[in-house]
Amino acid sequence: MAATSAATLSIGSTVSFGPKAAALQQPKSMGVKLTNLTSFTRFSGLKAAGSVNCEAESSFLGKESNSALRSSFALRAQKQQGRSSHYHLQPQASFKVAILGAAGGIGQPLALLIKMSPLVSTLHLYDIANVKGVAADLSHCNTPSQVVDFTGTSELASSLKGVDVVVIPAGVPRKPGMTRDDLFNINANIVKSLVEAVADNCPEAFIHMISNPVNSTVPIAAEVLKQKGVYDPKKLFGVTTLDVVRANTFVAQKKNLKLIDVDVPVVGGHAGITILPLLSKTRPSVSFTDEEIQELTVRIQNAGTEVVEAKAGAGSATLSMAYAAARFVESSLRALDGDGDVYECSYVQSDLTDLPFFASRVKLSNKGVEALISSDLQGLTEYEQKALDALKPELKASIEKGVTFVQKQAVAA
Amino acid sequence: MRSSMFQLLRSGSASRASLLRRGYSSGAVPERKVAVLGAAGGIGQPLSLLMKLNPLVSKLALYDIAGTPGVAADVSHINTRSEIAGYAGEDQLGQALEGSDVVIIPAGVPRKPGMTRDDLFNINAGIVKSLCTAIAKYCPNALVNMISNPVNSTVPIAAEVFKKAGTYDEKKLFGVTTLDVVRAKTFYAGKAKVPVEEVNVPVVGGHAGITILPLFSQATPKANLPDEDIKALTKRTQDGGTEVVEAKAGKGSATLSMAYAGALFADACLKGLNGVPDVVECSFVQSSITELPFFASKVKLGKNGVDEVFGLGPLSDYEKQGLESLIPELKASIEKGIKFANQS
Repeated sequence: MAATSAATLSIGSTVSFGPKAAALQQPKSMGVKLTNLTSFTRFSGLKAAGSVNCEAESSFLGKESNSALRSSFALRAQKQQGRSSHYHLQPQASFKVAILGAAGGIGQPLALLIKMSPLVSTLHLYDIANVKGVAADLSHCNTPSQVVDFTGTSELASSLKGVDVVVIPAGVPRKPGMTRDDLFNINANIVKSLVEAVADNCPEAFIHMISNPVNSTVPIAAEVLKQKGVYDPKKLFGVTTLDVVRANTFVAQKKNLKLIDVDVPVVGGHAGITILPLLSKTRPSVSFTDEEIQELTVRIQNAGTEVVEAKAGAGSATLSMAYAAARFVESSLRALDGDGDVYECSYVQSDLTDLPFFASRVKLSNKGVEALISSDLQGLTEYEQKALDALKPELKASIEKGVTFVQKQAVAA
Repeated sequence: MRSSMFQLLRSGSASRASLLRRGYSSGAVPERKVAVLGAAGGIGQPLSLLMKLNPLVSKLALYDIAGTPGVAADVSHINTRSEIAGYAGEDQLGQALEGSDVVIIPAGVPRKPGMTRDDLFNINAGIVKSLCTAIAKYCPNALVNMISNPVNSTVPIAAEVFKKAGTYDEKKLFGVTTLDVVRAKTFYAGKAKVPVEEVNVPVVGGHAGITILPLFSQATPKANLPDEDIKALTKRTQDGGTEVVEAKAGKGSATLSMAYAGALFADACLKGLNGVPDVVECSFVQSSITELPFFASKVKLGKNGVDEVFGLGPLSDYEKQGLESLIPELKASIEKGIKFANQS
C-alpha cells in the first residue's frame, strides 16, 4: 500500500556529442535515475527532457529500446545491468556540495533542486543571513542528503571543508536598465572573499561561478586562486548553462521542434553580445533564414534582460537560473562519479582563442575540464564569425577588469 | 505485512514498467494543464519551477494578484515540455483556469512565529472563497489541490462554494497533507537509521498540530522504536511546520519543502488522471472512515480523482488516543470553514 512520495530528481545534462551518441549512451544518463525509479520518483522523464538526444518523436521517454531497458530496470531493484561498460548505473549519494549565497533568490530554489539530487550526500548552505530558516525548511524533504547551515564569515571556512563542488550565486541581481557589468563593484568584492575561503578550505573542489558579471568574476577567482598557489584551471567554471537552456528553448519554439531533441552550443561569454549561440551547429540539424538567425541570436543574448524587465525591479532570473545551475552541478557530479561522457558548455580558462577565458563545450571528467571542444569554432557561418570578432574586445575588457581588480589589492593571507 | 508490501511494490513497478511500454507504443503522453493560484508567492515560485520540470504537464498557467509576468518570463526559458502563461489580477483569473486538469492553490499569507494555522483563517478564508468561485465557473472538473492554510477549514470552504455552484465533486477536492508525510518519513528515517528513500509512513487526520496523526505503527521498514521515540517523532511531525516558522524568525513558513511536497502530490494526481495504476497518497478529502465529513487518509488516485479512500488500518493504543484527541479540534475547524462559506 502506498508507493510514492520520494522525489530524487535528475536534472540531466547536455547531450553527449561523442561518436557514441547512440542508444547505448542513453541508459547511462537514465541509469543515474535508477535509484529514482525504484524509490518511486517523480519527474522521471526530466532527464530525457534535459539532455538525451532522442530520435524518437512520439514519446518523451525516448527510443523503444531504452524504454524497454528502463522498464526492465524498474523491475529489478538495485541490480547493476552492466550495459554501460565503465560507468556503474547506481551512483551512491556520495558528494558534498556547498552553496554560497543559499538564502538568496537563486540560492533557495537551487538548494531545493540540489537537495532533490540522488548524487548528493551533504548539502552545505552558506549565507550572511537567513540561512537557518532555509536549511530547516529543506531538511524536512525525504531525500538522502543532509543539510547543514552556516551563517556569516566566521562560519564560511567550516561550510567549505571537504566539499566537492562549490556553487557561488552570491551577490546582488540586476535592476531594469542595468547591465551585468553594473554589478561589478559589489559582486567583485563578494566573490573575492568567497574564493579566498575556497582556496583555504577546499582548494580541490570544482568551483561553479554564477555571480555576475561572470565574464569578470571568473578571472577574479582565477587571480585569487593563483595568489594562493592553488589555482587549477580545470576546476574553475563560469556557469553559462542558462544561455544554452534559453537557446534550446527559443530554437525549439521557433522551429516547432520537440524540445528534448534540441541542443545548441553557446560560446564566448555570459553577457550581451559576448553570448554567441552557434545556431549553425544546432542538433538536430535545422536551417534558419537570416532573419531567424538574427532574431534568435539577439533574443538569446538579451534573455536575461527580458526577465529583469518582466520582473520590473523585483529581481532577475532566479528559477531558470537555479534549474540551469542544478543541471551543471549534476553534470559535474556525474563526471566526478566516473561517467566518461559528460559534456556541457562552460566559461573556462581556454586556448581556443587568444582570450585567456572563453566559453565553449567542454568534456568533463573527475579532474574537471578534460578537453575543450575546439571543433565548435571551426566551420562557423559568416554571421557567427562576425559575431565572434565583435565579442572579443568586450570580453577581453571584462576579463582584464577582473584581473586588474584583484591585482590591485593584496589577497588576504 | 511485509510480504504483501513487497507484492505491492513489485506489482507497482510491474505496472509502471508496463505503462512505460504502453506509454511509448501508444504515442504521446496526454496533454495536461495545471494552474497555480498564488504562483508569485513563497511557495508558488518554487512550486511553479518544479511543475515546469514535470514532463506530464503540457500547459502551466501561473496566476497571482501581481508578480506573475516576471515569474512566467523566468520559468518560460526552461527547456521542458510545458508552455507557460502568466496571469496577473482577478480579471485574468478565468483565462488562467480555463481547461485546467489540476489547480494547485498555495495562495494566501503564511504564519509568523507564535501564530497557529487557524490565525490565518480570516485572510485566507476570503481568498480561498473567491478563487473557488472562479474554479466552479471556469474549470469545474479540475482536481483541486488545496495548500492554503488552515487546510482543515479551507477544504470545507471550497466544498461549500462548489456545492452552491452545483459543481461539487467530492472525488476532486484535496487538502494537501503530503508535507506531513514527507516530514514523518524524514524524521522516522533519522531515528530508525534506515535509508529515507525506503520509508513509508501514513499520516492521517488533518493538517494542523494534533490533528496531524502519523501512524508510525504502520511505518516500513519496521524499526521497533521505543515508546518515547514514537512520542517524540509524533510531536515533531505535528510541529514540523512550526519548527520552520521559528527557524525563519518572521521571514515566512515552509516554502521549499512545501513546494516539493505540493509538486509530489500534483504529480500523483496527474499520474492518476493518466491511468497509471496504484497511485496512492495521503490526502485530506471528503471521507466516511470516521464520523467527520473530511479526514485525511490514504487514497487511490485515478482518472476521476479519488478512486478509493482507504481505512485507517490497525492502530496502536497511542494512535487510538491520538485519534480521539484530534477529532474535536478537527470537527471545530471543519465547522468553522462551513460556517464561513455560508455566511455571505
